[in-house]
Amino acid sequence: MSLPIYATTGQKIWYYSFRVIVGLILFFLIAPIIIIIPLSFNAQDFFTFTPEMLALDPEGYSLKHYRDFFSNQDWIRPLKNSLIIAPFATIISVSLGTLAAIGLSQSHVPFRRGIMAILISPMIVPLIISATGMFFFYSQMGLWMENTFGISKSLSGYIKVILAHAALGIPFVIITVTATLVGFDQSLTRAAANMGATPTVTFFRVQMPLILPGVISGGLFAFITSFDEVVVVLFVGAAAQKTLPWQMFTGLREQISPTILAVATVLVGISILLLATVELLRRRSERLRGMSPT
Amino acid sequence: MAEQVLAADGTPLKASLNRALRRQKMRALVLILPLLLFILATFIYPIGQMLFRSVENGIVSETIPRTVVALDDWDTQENDLPPATVFDALAKDLAVAVELKEHTRLGSRLNYELSGISSLFRKTGRRVDDIGEIYTDQLVALDPAWEDPATWVTLMADPDWIAAQAAWDGEGDEPAFVVSATAIDMLPQTADIYADFARVIQSGDNDSPTEEEPWHIVSLALYQDLIASPSVDIPGPLAGLVSTAAAAAPSFETEDVIATFTDVDDDWQNPEVWETIYTYSPAYTNGYFLNAIDLQKTTDGIEWQPENEQVYLTLFLRTMIMSMTITISCILLGYPVAWMLANLPARKANLLMILVLLPFWTSLLVRTSAWKVLLQNQGVINDLLVWVGFIADDNRLALINNATGTVIAMTHILLPFMILPLYSVMQTIPISYLRAAKSLGATNWTAFWRVYFPQSVPGIGAGSILVFILSIGYYITPEIVGGTKGVFISNRIAYHISSSLNWGLAAALGAILLAIVLALYWAYDRIVGIDNVKLGG
Repeated sequence: MSLPIYATTGQKIWYYSFRVIVGLILFFLIAPIIIIIPLSFNAQDFFTFTPEMLALDPEGYSLKHYRDFFSNQDWIRPLKNSLIIAPFATIISVSLGTLAAIGLSQSHVPFRRGIMAILISPMIVPLIISATGMFFFYSQMGLWMENTFGISKSLSGYIKVILAHAALGIPFVIITVTATLVGFDQSLTRAAANMGATPTVTFFRVQMPLILPGVISGGLFAFITSFDEVVVVLFVGAAAQKTLPWQMFTGLREQISPTILAVATVLVGISILLLATVELLRRRSERLRGMSPT
Repeated sequence: MAEQVLAADGTPLKASLNRALRRQKMRALVLILPLLLFILATFIYPIGQMLFRSVENGIVSETIPRTVVALDDWDTQENDLPPATVFDALAKDLAVAVELKEHTRLGSRLNYELSGISSLFRKTGRRVDDIGEIYTDQLVALDPAWEDPATWVTLMADPDWIAAQAAWDGEGDEPAFVVSATAIDMLPQTADIYADFARVIQSGDNDSPTEEEPWHIVSLALYQDLIASPSVDIPGPLAGLVSTAAAAAPSFETEDVIATFTDVDDDWQNPEVWETIYTYSPAYTNGYFLNAIDLQKTTDGIEWQPENEQVYLTLFLRTMIMSMTITISCILLGYPVAWMLANLPARKANLLMILVLLPFWTSLLVRTSAWKVLLQNQGVINDLLVWVGFIADDNRLALINNATGTVIAMTHILLPFMILPLYSVMQTIPISYLRAAKSLGATNWTAFWRVYFPQSVPGIGAGSILVFILSIGYYITPEIVGGTKGVFISNRIAYHISSSLNWGLAAALGAILLAIVLALYWAYDRIVGIDNVKLGG
């Protein structure tokens, strides 16, 4: 879409002003995320740039909000909880979701549309509705678990939140894995079977390595869904299961402290890592399946 | 007739193929089944259960069953108080409910429909155990045996239960009380309330009816039974005791239950209270749904809520209008970006794509906190505007805790969901069409509007529905940046679940929201196809 040499003045003006407009929109998209990074190094407890910061005076900057994040139990405990809940929820969504995606990609599946609609529903139903439904369901289930198996209140709390988050992550796994399976050559499994491999061996040695990038990025989606989720955990979890987003939510609603900016910056770092991983995996998957890179 | 084609093993080929197909279907289903069951059990069922609460109303008929039955005969059109039998029934029901501490729950339930009922029930609950005391006193004066719990047990309990209770060694639970058939036959009201008394004593207090004197309300019931059948003839050792009481009953000093209730609170004279109880006595109600759209149930049929209590239609309308504003902002901002991405060389486009995907991957809470910080009165944006000189320092813009804040923050949060589908549609539109149009004499605008834009409409449709569906059910961002004027229906649902505890109304509001979302989802499926949802480009 480069400018042709015969372009008129009007076309030139439009060409450049359009770029400026797009630039401004992209700035709107990215600026709020970038701007909190320098703000998080503020030496004062303010949410704006102090004159010292604008003068690039080292005195205006400090790591004190980060020190607070990593030393304050109010933040450490939620961080640990998030790191306990998200991986387990991911494992459940990925294992069940991958199997189901493979089933769904077979050529003859009865009620395919209906099943797909049910499996995708956690993504479609507004979170507040899922959360209220789960609130009633899991409070009964928690009591039942405690009375039947005699497990502690804290453990049953974790199980409840993990199961709830697993359900929320499943649509993402289904979507990414079915997308990967679209390009999967079914004759490869037949060839493997032809050479004497059992279905299990075929799955782990032939199919799995090829769809692995899709499975991993589905897993990352499921992980970030759980790691970032606050509405459901607010309703299903107890104070013992307080996660990082929950703590941020409480902080934002009640007494906003600048430590939130430090936490946010760390989370932005994590999202950059995740984004890079997913991008690399997507390209690798397309290469593996012989699709042209886009 | 054509010869039948046979497979290698001699079976008809058709049958053989069918069998293979069936096996394939089975295998696919077996792979899907675990997840399907998981989602059905932990997601679909809980939501169904929650939605059921929007019509369920068993609490009234469970807590005050006798009153509900007695009210059946009451003519609401007469506009006067229910007969004394209803008050009697309510006294009995409340005596049981107070012991089980259920009357306050019922009070709060009915308070959603008529405010003031909650405190009325609480107040009455404190006094209800005195009702009937006058009869207990007179019975005891007649014969001190009425004070002995054993007398009552002998009179009321089934002989088998008495034997089982005597044989009970004190380990574990006492055998559950069984009322005797004779008592039900001869002293029906007493048997009825005494059975409830025994049940409450056993389950609630973990005590035994053999050791507890019955509530005064049981004496009231006995008095009524004795008046109703003065010639009652109880078999067994208590025949004398009961017939003496029966003979004395007509000369007993009586208590006016209506007066007692009125004495507790004048509101019991208010027909509105009774109408509310009557209207909400069935086990299922459409009352919550009516409340969710600002209507109310009265004995005269369905009416609008009073003007100052009409909030939900406004809130639904506001949710819709704000979601639409957000969707339109997303189209306006997303279209140029998607165009740019689709028409730049792949390397540059990928670079720009990162700028779109990074916000998409960034935690929602991070983006919301960023906006909360930026939009504050003393935040970066206001500071910048003051510095540039657009606004005076003492006249800073109110960008947060109102609808503006919600629209700005949510447009930012949902913009990637508009750009990505638009981009994938625009990628398939050859740019040469525009050149062709221009070479045929179209102006720039005509070429865009008549040639390019119509082809990009599916992308706009897909993106708009996606953004609209997501924004209509948003909770977190409006809660934090929306103040009171910028909140959505979701926030009201959360409020009813966690603060006001009006779960039925929350469920009804949720059901309406869900119906809207599912209708849109159906449209999305028709336009785009759910299989074509793409994540991360």
